[in-house]
Amino acid sequence: MSENKSFWQRLKSWIDGEEILIDADKYISTRERKERVSYEKAVSMERLRSNSTLYRVLCVAITVIFIAVMLRVVIDLPMFGDPNGVTVNEVGQRYLEQGIEETGAINFVAGMILDYRAFDTFGESNVLFMAVIAVLMLLQRDKKNTSAAEDQEMAEDEVFDSQDSKLILKKGAKCLAPVVILYGIYVVLNGHLSPGGGFSGGSIIGAGLILYSAANGQKKMQTFFTIKTLTRISVACLLTYCGCKSYSFFTGANHVGWEIPKGTPGAILSSGFILPLNICVGLVVACTMYGFYALFTKGEV
Amino acid sequence: MSDFSIMIQMILVVFLIASAIGVSVTRNLFMAVIVFMGYSSVMAIVWLFLESPDLAITEAAVGAGIDTVLFFLTLKKVHALKGTREG
Amino acid sequence: MSHLLTNYYEAASVILFGIGFMNLLLQNNLIKKFIGLNIMDTATYLFLAAKGYVFGRVAPILTNGIIDKDYYINPIPAGLVLTGIVVSVSVTAFSLALVLRLYKHYNSLNMDEILRMMREEEGE
Repeated sequence: MSENKSFWQRLKSWIDGEEILIDADKYISTRERKERVSYEKAVSMERLRSNSTLYRVLCVAITVIFIAVMLRVVIDLPMFGDPNGVTVNEVGQRYLEQGIEETGAINFVAGMILDYRAFDTFGESNVLFMAVIAVLMLLQRDKKNTSAAEDQEMAEDEVFDSQDSKLILKKGAKCLAPVVILYGIYVVLNGHLSPGGGFSGGSIIGAGLILYSAANGQKKMQTFFTIKTLTRISVACLLTYCGCKSYSFFTGANHVGWEIPKGTPGAILSSGFILPLNICVGLVVACTMYGFYALFTKGEV
Repeated sequence: MSDFSIMIQMILVVFLIASAIGVSVTRNLFMAVIVFMGYSSVMAIVWLFLESPDLAITEAAVGAGIDTVLFFLTLKKVHALKGTREG
Repeated sequence: MSHLLTNYYEAASVILFGIGFMNLLLQNNLIKKFIGLNIMDTATYLFLAAKGYVFGRVAPILTNGIIDKDYYINPIPAGLVLTGIVVSVSVTAFSLALVLRLYKHYNSLNMDEILRMMREEEGE
């Protein structure tokens, strides 16, 4: 019956869950055969490893030869800090000469990674989101994959959380966590004016959230930060990033046609899209870092 | 760059190599992670000497902060820290 | 040989890369393997950042209103490394999650033991 349907109809019925597009059994059987092949390889590798002296000697020899060759190359490299070296070429010089005029950011690095090379940074943020999803797949706790011993450990941890046994940590976190998070927000918002930006500021905010969660327990953290918050913030930020950059690529990549107001270089509200993009990247990074911590401790965000 | 600054940088670089070797030879996992944390912090200082403050901030937050936390959480889960192993 | 002393950052990064690689190959403990991988990462970043440095110039952030290509260091390595550092964290987190799953299944962190148990399981 599925033969005379068009592809789109089949796709639609697949989305509705009525039909199977790919025969899973066939796919799994081919996959198992592949696994067997890779296992054969693992065995031969293991035979090599079992001859421990030979393996060690080979490893050391390869590494020493590698280091020797690379050190020989280092001797021929241009001198460290040489202003006439080949690495100081016209690409970097163009960024330095026209960066402020074209991007409006007085931190050249921020202008570079969020304007000239924004596509690269977009892929980067997606890598982070994908990493947290992969860790979620591997470490999420449910009834099937938890043993009784682990459950007991979790219960002990929760008792430890509720006791007053970590008074110093709690008091310290009360004083420090707001300052850390505030500093992170400052670093994100000043990304185009001073060292820092989305990646570093986001990590600092994530560290502040980790401190708060370590002191007050996951239960309290879950009152305002759950897996839903994490995915929603991350996806919203990635979509905003995508939208902003698609707009500027669509208008000619160099903002030909409609000039995004750059403002005065050095003011907080300047440099076009760099400030919102920094905020997006910072939020994604902060969510990712806290997500890693929560998944590694409790198996749930 | 003055001779004094170059000397300090060389000391930092020697420290980097020493702590990398230290990570390799120590038998204790806890010690290895702590030494790696020190390695990351010194790397942040090296980046200040190389005039890249962006990298220094990121490395200090990520390498010395979050990487170490992740390694410690793994060690706690596999009962490699003293006091968490029962009995 | 004097070049090795003037290019000391590059020489050190090559040596660090070698140490990290040796860790990755020779350690039996999975956690130490991943510390070795992290050392390899930072060695590469150190090499890139050292290639961007120029004597007597300042960090690529507008200082005293001077717009001059001969006043700032090269900003490109900084941008490349900045993205690299954050990716290395996600790689570390993912690999540690895999280590935890392996530990849950085989109750061991030793690579040889895990391989042996894998073979026994397969042989049944």
